[in-house]
Amino acid sequence: MEPLIDVRDLRYRYEDGTLALDGVDFRLYPGETVALFGPNGSGKTTFVLHLNGLLAGEGFVSVCGLRVEKRNLKEVRRKVGLVFQDADEQLFMPTVLEDVCYGPLNLGRSPEEALVAASRALGQVGIEHVRDKAPYHLSAGEKRRVALAGVLAMQPDILVLDEPTTFLDPPGRRALLAVLRGLPQAKLIVTHDLWFARALAHRAVFFERGRIVRDGPLEAVATHFGWDLRAGPEAVLDPEG
Amino acid sequence: MHHAVLERWSRGGSPWHARDARMKVLLLVAFLGAVATTPVASAASLAGYGLVILAAAFLAGLPPGAVLLRAAVVLPFSATFALVSLAGGDHQRAAALVIRSYLSAAAVLVIVGTTRMPKLLRALEWWRLPRFFVLVTQFLYRYLFVISEQAQHMRLAALSRGGWRFRPAAGAVAVLFARSYARAEGVHHAMLARGFQGQMVLLTPARAGWRDWLFLLGGAAVLAALRFGLEGVWSR
Repeated sequence: MEPLIDVRDLRYRYEDGTLALDGVDFRLYPGETVALFGPNGSGKTTFVLHLNGLLAGEGFVSVCGLRVEKRNLKEVRRKVGLVFQDADEQLFMPTVLEDVCYGPLNLGRSPEEALVAASRALGQVGIEHVRDKAPYHLSAGEKRRVALAGVLAMQPDILVLDEPTTFLDPPGRRALLAVLRGLPQAKLIVTHDLWFARALAHRAVFFERGRIVRDGPLEAVATHFGWDLRAGPEAVLDPEG
Repeated sequence: MHHAVLERWSRGGSPWHARDARMKVLLLVAFLGAVATTPVASAASLAGYGLVILAAAFLAGLPPGAVLLRAAVVLPFSATFALVSLAGGDHQRAAALVIRSYLSAAAVLVIVGTTRMPKLLRALEWWRLPRFFVLVTQFLYRYLFVISEQAQHMRLAALSRGGWRFRPAAGAVAVLFARSYARAEGVHHAMLARGFQGQMVLLTPARAGWRDWLFLLGGAAVLAALRFGLEGVWSR
């Protein structure tokens, strides 16, 4: 089976000299949901920023058969929906509806098509009732779902979520979990939230110092590191590792 | 977090808000031209411009007092130049500088306060303003919010730990810059990730109807009357 995401020997060094990625190999296949674990600063976010060309390191990155390079960026960004850790960074249009339409309009859809896509996406995340509100008037959970709708409206093949449960209270986490379970896309979830990961993912990848040091079934990775998969919603891994 | 007052004002639903941004920009330019070329001795015309601004603010549902107060932000700058003119004995020029800059600032406030920024930027683009200028304005506007939010976060954090004094506040400016820079980078990434290619695409493309044309012609007639009509009355 062809992988949706194919990354080989990816290396990236920040301008200050920090080696953030040190030879990452990774593949994501259709239908998979993969949890990306690792301590803060281990390279998880740097890695996902490469998946739609926001950062460009050395090595090979392809998405749905398209090499991630300048001439393919528009299509790559349509295929990979990236939901950022801080929803406030993502939401900036005056109303929720305009914000969710932002991506489709950038892709060249007509306003009518963008409205249809936005309405569908808002429906998918169960938040149509806030469509005319200003994003900054929403709760953290609502903002997260609007940010997700903004990405879904672009009809991506892959969803990449960077620490989606940050700032969410338990009801907010459960609501987001229910939404994500209903979405058919392959998913890559950067998280420290073991309960959330276990509810969604079957495969786990563990980053350490810019490398993937474990990649396998979630249970096997959990056993290796001694995590308790039976723990409740309060089970969050130590982000400092 | 609090958002800028102008942003809140621009979300209003008055007929003034609903007018085509391109027409508003054109009328604003005409207004600025009229104010700039009206002799400062034409007190009736200048008072007329002030009344037009107040009437526009009132019709748009903006608090006229707040508009007048916020327009005063230009006074320290124009007063500095006015003082130079005063020192040179040119009282009329000094008065003209202060009055014209104040009226212009108030007019800009009314237009910006009644037009959502994406529409305003598209209107500027439509009027063939250099793309680079529009882009810089667009990012400046977006990042002003970023910096303002960061500053408010830091102020709250400082207050909760005993106060917001001048020296630590001055030191915090560097931290504010660094944090704002990181935040702005995140915002830019988020925009690119959703296909941003250097241009704001609007959900409702600009369309001028008969109300917009009426607005433009009516506004132009009022301006022409103030600029030429009242001046003539005054000089008779």
